[in-house]
This record gives sequence, C-alpha cells and structure tokens, in this order.
Amino acid sequence: MEITFLLNGESVHLAGVSPTVTLLDWLREDRGLTGTKEGCNEGDCGACTVMVRDAEGARALNACILFLPQLHGKSVTTVEGLAAPDGTLHPVQQAMIDCHGSQCGFCTPGFVMSMAVAHLNGDQHHDDALAGNLCRCTGYAPIIRAARSAAKQPVPEHLARPFILPEKLSGGLAAGERGADSPPHDHHAPETADELAELYARHPNATLVAGATDVGLWVTKQLRDLPEVIFLNRCRDLQTFEETDLGLRIGAGVTMDRVLDLLRDRHPSYAEMIRRYGSVQVRAAATIGGNIANGSPIGDNPPALIALGATLHLRYRDTRREMPIEDFYLDYGRQDRHPGEFVEAVTIPAQPDRLRVYKLSKRFDQDISAVCGAFSITVEDGRLARARIAFGGMAGIPKRASAVEAAITGKPWSEETLVAAWDAWQEDFTPLSDMRASAEYRLEAARNMLTRCLLEDLGAPVNVLEVRA
Amino acid sequence: MSVSKSLPHDAARLHVTGAARYVDDIPTPRGTLHLAFGLAQIACGRIAGIDLEAVRAAPGVVGVWEAKDLPSDCDCSPSAHDEPMLSGHTVNYLGQPVFLVAADSHLAARRAARLARVDYQKRDAILTVDEALAAESRFEDGPRIWARGDAGEAIDAAPNVVEGAIEMGGQEHFYLEGQAALALPQENGDMVIHASTQHPTEIQHKVAHALHLPMHGVRVETRRMGGGFGGKESQGNALAIACAVVAAATGRPVKMRYDRDDDFMITGKRHDFRIDYRVGFDDEGRISGIEFVQMTRCGWAQDLSLPVADRAMLHADNAYHLPNVRIESHRLKTNTQSATAFRGFGGPQGMLGIERVMDHVAHALGRDPLAVRRANYYAEMARGGSAPAPSAPPRSLSGKMKEDQVTPYGQPVEDFILHALTDSLAETCEYASRRKAVAAWNAANAVLKKGIALTSVKFGISFTLTHLNQAGALVHVYQDGSVQMNHGGTEMGQGLFQKVAQVAASRFGLPLEAVKITATDTGKVPNTSATAASSGSDLNGMAVMAACDTIRDRMAEHLAALHQAEARSVRFADGRVFVGEAEMSFAEAAKLCYEGRVSLSATGFYKTPKVSWDRIKGEGRPFFYFAYGASCSEVVVDTLTGEYRILRTDILHDCGRSLNPSLDIGQIEGGFVQGAGWLTTEELVWDGEGLLRTHAPSTYKIPACSDRPEVFNVALWEGENREETIYRSKAVGEPPFMHGISVLMALSDAVASCGSAYPALDAPATPERVLAAVRRVRG
Repeated sequence: MEITFLLNGESVHLAGVSPTVTLLDWLREDRGLTGTKEGCNEGDCGACTVMVRDAEGARALNACILFLPQLHGKSVTTVEGLAAPDGTLHPVQQAMIDCHGSQCGFCTPGFVMSMAVAHLNGDQHHDDALAGNLCRCTGYAPIIRAARSAAKQPVPEHLARPFILPEKLSGGLAAGERGADSPPHDHHAPETADELAELYARHPNATLVAGATDVGLWVTKQLRDLPEVIFLNRCRDLQTFEETDLGLRIGAGVTMDRVLDLLRDRHPSYAEMIRRYGSVQVRAAATIGGNIANGSPIGDNPPALIALGATLHLRYRDTRREMPIEDFYLDYGRQDRHPGEFVEAVTIPAQPDRLRVYKLSKRFDQDISAVCGAFSITVEDGRLARARIAFGGMAGIPKRASAVEAAITGKPWSEETLVAAWDAWQEDFTPLSDMRASAEYRLEAARNMLTRCLLEDLGAPVNVLEVRA
Repeated sequence: MSVSKSLPHDAARLHVTGAARYVDDIPTPRGTLHLAFGLAQIACGRIAGIDLEAVRAAPGVVGVWEAKDLPSDCDCSPSAHDEPMLSGHTVNYLGQPVFLVAADSHLAARRAARLARVDYQKRDAILTVDEALAAESRFEDGPRIWARGDAGEAIDAAPNVVEGAIEMGGQEHFYLEGQAALALPQENGDMVIHASTQHPTEIQHKVAHALHLPMHGVRVETRRMGGGFGGKESQGNALAIACAVVAAATGRPVKMRYDRDDDFMITGKRHDFRIDYRVGFDDEGRISGIEFVQMTRCGWAQDLSLPVADRAMLHADNAYHLPNVRIESHRLKTNTQSATAFRGFGGPQGMLGIERVMDHVAHALGRDPLAVRRANYYAEMARGGSAPAPSAPPRSLSGKMKEDQVTPYGQPVEDFILHALTDSLAETCEYASRRKAVAAWNAANAVLKKGIALTSVKFGISFTLTHLNQAGALVHVYQDGSVQMNHGGTEMGQGLFQKVAQVAASRFGLPLEAVKITATDTGKVPNTSATAASSGSDLNGMAVMAACDTIRDRMAEHLAALHQAEARSVRFADGRVFVGEAEMSFAEAAKLCYEGRVSLSATGFYKTPKVSWDRIKGEGRPFFYFAYGASCSEVVVDTLTGEYRILRTDILHDCGRSLNPSLDIGQIEGGFVQGAGWLTTEELVWDGEGLLRTHAPSTYKIPACSDRPEVFNVALWEGENREETIYRSKAVGEPPFMHGISVLMALSDAVASCGSAYPALDAPATPERVLAAVRRVRG
C-alpha cells in the first residue's frame, strides 16, 4: 500500500509501511518529531493532537490511534509546523505563554494544536473544543483565558489559505494502488462502496477500519495483529448523506462531527449527547457506521437510533437488506451480520422531534456511559400515545425497554403511571455491576430518567448544565 | 528586581512549540534498547513455574531477566528495603513486575512481555481495610496513637455527641508524561541516567546500590518532568534501576517508559483512607473532645506510607483547636500497588476527616457549617496581611501563647490568619447572601438542588523527617557576566526553576535573561532531597541566594578595593554595578573580578531552622510555618441521577509575599481542580481479585476542561511570611489542593437539603454515591 500526504508542508510518500503503524509512533520514532506527545495511547488525553486538513477543512485528530493509511491525500500539521515560516508564533502559542497556560508543558503541544484548529475554524466553544485534551497541572483556567485571548487575533496567513492538494500529491494519489484491481495482498483501501463490497466478500475475515477510534486500541493496547485490514477512508460514497421525504439516510462512513451537525436542529438532544460522547478529536475520526457495527453494549448512538426507529442498511456484494436497528443486536458481541456483509448506511425516519437522550457518566465530557437512555414519547390528550425507549449500558446489547413501553402506553402521562410501571423495568433489564456503576444504580437511574422526561414536559428545571451560580 | 514579578514559566516558549525535551524525547544513540516488565496476573501467591521461551524468541528481543538473573536484589524502596525490582517467587500484588524484557523497540518489548507462561499458586489476597485489620496485616507493630487530654472523657461530658465514618478513595497521579528513564553506560562502569524524577539523588542512590557502585559512579540528570505530583518521588526508581542493570549487562544505552496502562497497574497512588470519628461539642458546635481512627491501605510495600500516615495525623486538626484529642492511625499492608506520595502527602486525608466532622456537627445543630468552623478556629496570632481588597485589619493578640493556639502535637500556631482571611473571602464571594439564595432555590426546585460551602486550609510546611530540610546550590558567574544556576530542586511544571532564577537575578541585579537555568544534576549538587513537601522554592531559593550572595560579596570586595570604596556600599542593580562614584556593567564587573583572580563560582547551602520532631511521641515542631487559605464552592445536584456541576468557586490563598504571583495562582487553580477531581470523578476500582479495573483515562476520569467551575476566582492574600523564608514567601505546591474539599462539602450541603438525615457523603462523590446519599437523607 502506498501512502502520500503532506507533513508540515512537505510531501511524504510511503510504500511498504505496515498499515497499523500509528502516526504518533511514526512521527516520534521515524521522523524524530518529538513535539507530539504520547500521554495515554488510546485517544483519551489529546497530548498527541495534530491538525489534519483536506478539502473539507481542518480537523484535530489524535495521532496515537490514527494509522498512516488514513492520512492518504491529506495534510498533517504538527506542533513543530504551527508557527509561521519566519518563526512568528501562532496566536494560540503566544497566548498560552502570555496567559501562563503551560506548567509541566507535556499536554501543551496537544492543547496548542486543538486550539489552533478551533481558531482556524472560528470555533469559540472553548470547553468543547478542548474536551479531548487533559491537563493535570493548570486546572484549565489559564488555557481558556489563552483561547479567549487568541480568538481575537486573525488566522495567520500561512494557515488562512484554503487547503489545496498540491499537484504532486494528486499525482501520487492516482499512482496509488486501487483496491480490487490490485494483486492480492493483505491490506486494502478501496475507493468506492462497490469495491469494498467485492473486496470484503472475498476477504470476510478482514478488519474494517473507518476512524480507528476503536480498532486503534486493539493495536495500541491489546497489541493485536491485524493480518487483513480494509481501510474505508477512501470510500467517499460512504461518507455522504441524503434527505428524502422518508428521512435522513446517513452513510456509514460519515464522521460523528458531521452527524452532530446534521442532527443539531433535527434532534438537539441527540446532538448534545454526541457532543459529550467523544471529544472533537474522536468525533472527527469516529464514524456512525463504526459505532453501530462494533456492537458495543455501551455505544451511545444505538439507543438514540432505536428510539428514533432508525433502519439499518446492510450490504453483501450487491445484495442489500435492511432492518430496524434494534434487530441488528442479537446478543453480547453478536450481531445479525453475515461474513462479508457491512453496514452501508442508517436511515432516521422523518419525524417531529420528541427525542430526549440522557447520557450518564462519572465525567460529563468524553466519558463512556454508565447508562445512556433515549426516549421518544408522544403524548396526545394527556396520554402516552406512543413510546420508544432504548438504553445502552443496561444489558449485553443496546436494548429497547419493551415492557416499560407496554406498561405506560395508553396511560396518562403522570407520575402515577411511572410508579405503576415500576416492575416492568426489571422485566426489561438486568444490568451488570462494573467499574462504571453498580447494577442497582443503573436500574434506579434508568427509571429516574423517565421521570426526568415527565418533569421536563412539566417545565421543571432538570438539567444541571443549564444552572448558573 | 525580578522577584515578585509575574513572569511566565521559563520553558513556556519551548512548551508551546513542542521543543521542550522530556526523557522520551532525548535523541538516543544507535543500538538503544527498550524495556518492558512482565506483570503478575494474581494479587497474592507464589510462582510455581515460569516459561519465558516465547518471550525470548519474540521478534526484537535481546534479553530477558528474572529476579535470579539480576546483579543484586535491585531494591527500589525509598524506605524499608522491601521492594525488590522483580518479584521472585512471591507475588504481592496484581501488576507486580515479574520479569524484564529488553528489545530493540518499545513496542517489541511490550509485545514480548505478554508472551510469558506463568503457573501461579494463588493465596487469598488481603485487599480491603477490614481484611487487613482482621489479619493484623500492617506496617509497624500496631497503630500509632497520639493523644492530648482525655478525649473519651470530654466526649462523654459534652452536651452533644456525633459519630460516623468517612471513606475517601485514593487517586492516580495521572502525570501526563508517564514514568521514563534512560541509562547511558560510560567508561569504567560508570552510569549516566536521565530520569523523569522528583528525586535524582534517590535514583543515584538506588542505581548505585543495584550495580554495587559507589554513588560517585552514577550521575543523574533531570531537566523536567511532564508532571509529578508526588508520583515521581519514588515510583521512577524501578525504571532507572532496570535501565542501569541492562545497560551494565549489555554495554548498550537503555530506555524504559511505561505504557499508560502499565503505569496505572504498576505504580503507587494516593492512599485511600477510612476515618472513624466520635466527637463531643457544645451548642455552638465548639469541640471539647474528639477521637479519630484513621485506617489506610498502604499496599504491599512500605514506600513512604509511614510519613504519609503521620502527616494525615498531623492534619487531623486542620484549622481547629482540639482541646482533647486522640488520633489512632493504622497503616495497613494490602496486596495492592504500594501507595505513595501524592500532593498533600496524607494531609488532605487527615484534613478531610475533620472537615467532615465540622459538617456533621453543623448538621446536627442545624447551624451554618461556616459558623461552626469559625467557632473552632485557632486564635488569630499574627498580623498576617490583608486581602487584595481592603478589609478589616486582623485581630491582634499579644501576650504569651494561649492554650487554644497549640496543635495536638504541641506546636504553637504562631501565624494563624484564618479569621481575617475567612472574613475577607466570605465578603468578596458574598457567602451569606448566596447561602440564602441557595436555600431559596432549594425551596423552589424539587429535582435540582444547590449547595454551598466555605472551607479553610492550614497546611504545615517542612519535611517531617527533619534532616530532609536541607538544600544545596551551585552558581557560576562567567567572565561575560552571564550566570549559570543549578540547585537540587526539580522542575515538574510548578515553575520552581523560574522562581529560583528570579531570586538569582535579583541578587545580582540582573535581568532574568542573564541567568541560565540548568538541569538538576547529581554531579553538580549532591545529597539533595526530593522536590516534595512544597519545599522546592523555600529550600532551593535560599540555597541559591546563599551561593549568589557569596559571589556577590567577593565581587563587591574586589571592586571596592579597586575603587577605594566600602564593600558594603557596592550596589548591584539594573544590570549595573555601582562602586563609589564608579559605575559599570555587570559584565565589566565580572571581567574585572576574573582578571583579579576572584572565584566567581560558589555553592550555597540552606537548612530550615527551628524544626524538630519526635514522630513516635507525636511531639515537637515538625513545621517551620503554616500556609493558609480558604475556598467557597457552589454546586448543583440532580437528585434523579446524582449528577452535579461546580457552579462557582472563590479562593483566597496565602503565599506570603509571592515570588511570582502568576505561577502561584497557577498552582492554586491547578491544585484546586486536582483536589476537586480526587473527591468527585476520580474513582479507583479494584475487583475482588485485586485487579485495578480503572487503569487508563478511558475508565479513570480526571477533570476535563468543562469540569472547572464556570465562575472561578482566585486571589492571593497579601501578607508576608512571619518566618524568614526566601523573600518572605510561602510554599504553594500542596496547600491549594485541599481547597477541593469545599466542593465535597457543597455537595453534602446540596444533598442535605433533600431531607433531614445527614448525607454522610463519601469520596469520590461519583453520581452514584451522591444519589445514594440523597436516598439516605430522604430516609
């Protein structure tokens, strides 16, 4: 596999490199660029953040769980390449000095890169832009002061120009190997869903890698060998969405940052959950297809999609089938997916927004849910006409609360109804105890989430994020 | 003069450009080997058999060492010589290093280390406080007990009594830079070590011991750490020793860094505690008698647990006079990671015990907890300064020491300023009116409850092991007038190097740029103490000042002789030297002195005065002085799920006359958030097998950006240290950590509004614990 990209403005052409080498290891060990730091090696601390640009814009990504093939055709800027060519510091760098934003300095390159991307994109939601960068020294206050201060400065000239893939690089791209046309080998990067379908049918044991926010950890933490890998990042046709009268069809390769944008107005509560479930770095890499297909019982998208009545589109070669998304999850670690079959898209039916998603975790931002509840409740004439309720973290799979739904449907939307439905919860769920929460707490919190829905409808303040001192 | 200026961190520009070098960034010579430990998979038992063939045969592997292959026991302990680097046959905790792999890359070493086949004979592990107590598994013969008066009698005679217990979890340091070391073998068997350590001398000592070398055969260098927080006081020993042993055996450079998960699994953390209490008090909440039983899990090895547990006892009073008091401390030996130093060093745990008591007493009386705290304060003694905004002058007491100014361990509290400081903070943060507003909110809202708390901190400054209170420095003035400065302190982000450079620049009247900061180096300044106990600038600032003054006096004497002036009248200011009528640049002065054959290099030395301490009796003056502060936090709690936010925090903190206000404020902001993290989201969970289930940032949650209070006001108390410290400043590393306690107490206040029972909220107050407390309060 050949890979071509720009690194701090210079073109890099790699051939024969192992496909699961991370950008971080390559930068530090092969290129001697040690400004990018390893803090956790699992995409949680942001010390390895780099800026990656392509025609769609600039994103912050975690280099520790980014495989080199994912960079093909893109431009990477590391902390060493952030200052202007004449050495003038980037406004965020200068502000970090002036505002005392670094102490030990180890997280600083990552912060600076996240801040530079936000600065470039005009994003002034600083807490959100920096949710994926951990600092243990400063308490964040001076970093936020720096971000606010830098926001007043213009984007430096060397970053202000729109990204254009240089000719040389485009040439390299065209000369690159082309999936199905190539001689058989172990690592592939198809350029279309059709190529993918054919390849995956022939190599059903291959690991599909989209954003690598999960598979990255198989490599960096479990030290697994991935004998066969198919990278999906070149399949542009999987990265599209389409709105019809029936609903919103989202390609499996659409990254979560774009899903958030798509849902911001349609289902704001879902969008807010996406904002919290992963940092900007994770959202920029992770895809909705990956989050659905990996089948995790604590993935945060499936409960919301189940509550929305979403349809999953699967494909094997040219055979396509679809199913209600809850039917995809059969049992812990087992999905209704045949060898060689892949998630092509998911469709969210058009509907008035009634969705509420409640994500419960020890920390608000960038934490895996102990419980994630999604509620789509329709009240007509004071009665619960329809209810679709689903949870993550409450069973071995993302699961619909069928007994609870049955117990409350048709009843008045009132506290009495919720009390009467008390026992239905135990029919639906027998959660586990683990390091995130006990079974008892999970069940109690899940029950109380439905109460929260009711109180929210009654106009009571129920969201701690909306309270001010 | 550069002292007291808010200059940025000395390496700030290097930090933001990625040019600051940490151990893993140092370019390594060709052929450098990389190490990884193979870790025990059981918490307690014996290794019956071990098969390392697959490890040896793995790609890139150069060598494998078991305990029996080492040149010595390679002890890693900073105290009791009870930590062999590799386990041998006896396994003491899950995660203990069993063998060592050297390979040609970090990844190859990590991969190979997982290929061992080990047969274990498991024994029942001792994991919990109760299991350890039942098994009498402890360090020292029995509990340490310090007492004054008759606490039991006083409690029995008191009009009101409450009792209870608080559990508080440990804390992972989560320094962003994991543990790392690099060994470079030298000619003649000598060894140079680069280590990410707070204690280069300890690394030197332990490496020398492991290799049977005199200490002069080992030189340790530390330019900076990517965070330490106590976690690099002793926990880096194993890596440095491992590198040195393999470097000595192979003649090749050797590097080792822990992957983050290994770092969690291998290294020690903050001690978790359970503190039982029984307290008698009057109707104002004034305590007449109190008994504490402090129980802490020290883990498998002694490490620094004895002084940590001592310091917990020493802070059982915090800011409060306890006339009759009994403190019993159990240092329990468990099959877990060996708990170690962490910012506050037991102080936060001891302090949280009494703060819980204050909260509980106030609840029992239905009084404002702040009023109860104030009723128990030590008497104000010194004219301690004032808040940034003008406020009432502190109450001045004269005459001989009163009984209510003496700590349980017999040290007079001569510098108590918390009455005035609390007044000032309560006023600026509008505590009283906001407390009313919180009550009004709670009356109007069923689900979301607010809470507010104002807590204070009195923290003792000095190593309790008295001989550690010493420091050395080495200063050179070159003939061009530039200055190189070195001292025994290490830089972990706290800005020590900059503060001490400011001292040096000030002594010579030079701009800061004239002073070169250099890496800590055991070859330059020997026999140093760990940079710990908040002592860095107190000790090293004074040592550097002494060295600078020695050179300055020599220069003054020579220049005065040249110009027929009095040496005392020579002035060094603004980069110039004024001698009688003459004036010259510092560089010219340096050149003159060099040509006059004046030594322009000097060492400096400092030892803290006044301290003496008998830790067995629990009597003496362990601390040179106390640092003070107070904080007020307001929170909101969701009583349906237990989720919460910190809405606002105001802190007023005493740094004496600050050497660098911006760096000090940075320590306070960062310390507070770290302290709040300890008590809220940071939860260490071991399962029944002794496996730490929270071993990476995906499962162990330190505060993120949005977790800091949305309104966050930090101010410095304007005063000066009544003791003669460096420019009358005060230590700042640890004391602000304990401002995080105001968050836990505010959560308790919010939960208490749900009913009539006492919340008894344990830490960390995860949403789950908060919800359980809500249930308890509702009864």
